[in-house]
Amino acid sequence: MTRNALPLLFGVAVLLLWQAAVVGFDIPRILLPAPTEIFAALIADPSTLFADLNQTFFHSTLIGLGIGCASGFGAALLVDRSPFLRRGFVPLASLAGALPIVGIAPIAVMWFGFDWPSKAAVVAALTFFPSFVHTVAGLESVGALERDLMVSLAASRGQMLRKLQLPASLPFLFAALKVNSVLALTGAVVAEFFGTPTVGMGFRIATEAARMNIDRVWAMIFVVALCGSGSYAIIALAERRLAYRS
Amino acid sequence: MKESRALPIAVALAILLLLWYAAAVALNWTQANGDLLATMSLAKPLLPAPHQIAVEFWNSTAGQRIDSKRSLIFHAAVTASSMLAGFALGVAIGLLLAILLVHVRVLDRALLPWIVASQTVPILALAPMIVVVFGAAGLTGLVPKAVISAYLSFFPVVIGVAKGLRAPDRLQLDLLHTYDAGRRRVFTVLRWPSAMRFLFPSLKVAIAAATVGAIVAELPTGAESGLGARLLAGSYYGQTLQIWAALAMASLLAASGVGAVVLLERLVIRARGGRL
Repeated sequence: MTRNALPLLFGVAVLLLWQAAVVGFDIPRILLPAPTEIFAALIADPSTLFADLNQTFFHSTLIGLGIGCASGFGAALLVDRSPFLRRGFVPLASLAGALPIVGIAPIAVMWFGFDWPSKAAVVAALTFFPSFVHTVAGLESVGALERDLMVSLAASRGQMLRKLQLPASLPFLFAALKVNSVLALTGAVVAEFFGTPTVGMGFRIATEAARMNIDRVWAMIFVVALCGSGSYAIIALAERRLAYRS
Repeated sequence: MKESRALPIAVALAILLLLWYAAAVALNWTQANGDLLATMSLAKPLLPAPHQIAVEFWNSTAGQRIDSKRSLIFHAAVTASSMLAGFALGVAIGLLLAILLVHVRVLDRALLPWIVASQTVPILALAPMIVVVFGAAGLTGLVPKAVISAYLSFFPVVIGVAKGLRAPDRLQLDLLHTYDAGRRRVFTVLRWPSAMRFLFPSLKVAIAAATVGAIVAELPTGAESGLGARLLAGSYYGQTLQIWAALAMASLLAASGVGAVVLLERLVIRARGGRL
């Protein structure tokens, strides 16, 4: 109870202080709108809000995340069969994870058009590498003792994978999912800065910022933050149910 | 355990290059009217072949005067300046916060959940707003871009360093306590040295994040210089070679940032007698 009270109190205090400062010092709305104004902007136009959310979160982000994680997982399963390839690809993939992959957004637009498929492609490329690296690490994390036991029981490769390696790598898979859920949302929003149909959270943020409607920008950022924290929380919950069941 | 990684990496690179060429031929097939050689020498290919990117990269670095607008080195320098300024700012904030969190219990309980939550917010999405807000306050150019880079790079430093500062166990802390060491002494002889092991991995993540931040920050500013601006201009005019060359330069920038941190880590390890 008190564990959650303190951070909550801090958050409420910041909000109050924010509101008081904006009203009290008469801060220009362009610099910083008050929380109440942001809330008003949030509920002002629900149909646009929902269209943006549908475009960026339910299409670009989730579909891209699915493709990226699944293909990273699949590639890791393939590479796991050969220690030689694993030693070659894993350092390259870790390096690729540090590169500014989001820059492929203009190329994705050329390949897949302006609509959400190009954004999903960027998200897939972004999330592939963490998924790959974490899955390989997870499959490798099985101890020699357990491996030897499986071999002495004449387990096939498939059985080894299903009964030993996959369960052991669950914590790694969830770590990858957590990293990727945030990465995917950021990628989907940023990819829209490179051109998009006139819908989407990134598009809305960029255009409303250019029009100086800062309250709408903050409202949209609030929604993006909610999506990010929400998906993170769902994954964390699923992890607690699945990975630490025993 | 220490097996040679050079050969596997070379083979993996060769496989990737081969796949790239195959993809280039397949994707450019219609545009080149089915001519195999033409698929690898188009002016605006859907996917340029690796050697085309290398040639474009060479032409726009070695083939231009450094202060020319067409020089990738010029654009990279612009991006690198906001990346480094943001990285320095982010690391400074990160270290300060970590030290505060470890020493002030109330702050740890009140602030840490918000610091973690701040990273589930896609900070990069804030880029256009930060640029506008700073612009309204009369700050343009380097400052807003550096702030975005800093926002991205402070988080790994806070988390890593806070963990490192807490790494000393009860026994070591008790020993220092019996020597009547104060907080400051405990920090300098025990906590700070033990944080080193956690600091460098954090710095690697931080500098990579700072690079992405610097590039993305250039998009909504309508900046005329910088690698992000170069990407945007390339996408307006369909100059795929220009985009890929800029991407190659951005990757080089990020990789050399990480490389610099690795180098620094080696120097510190050597100065401390071969261990962290």
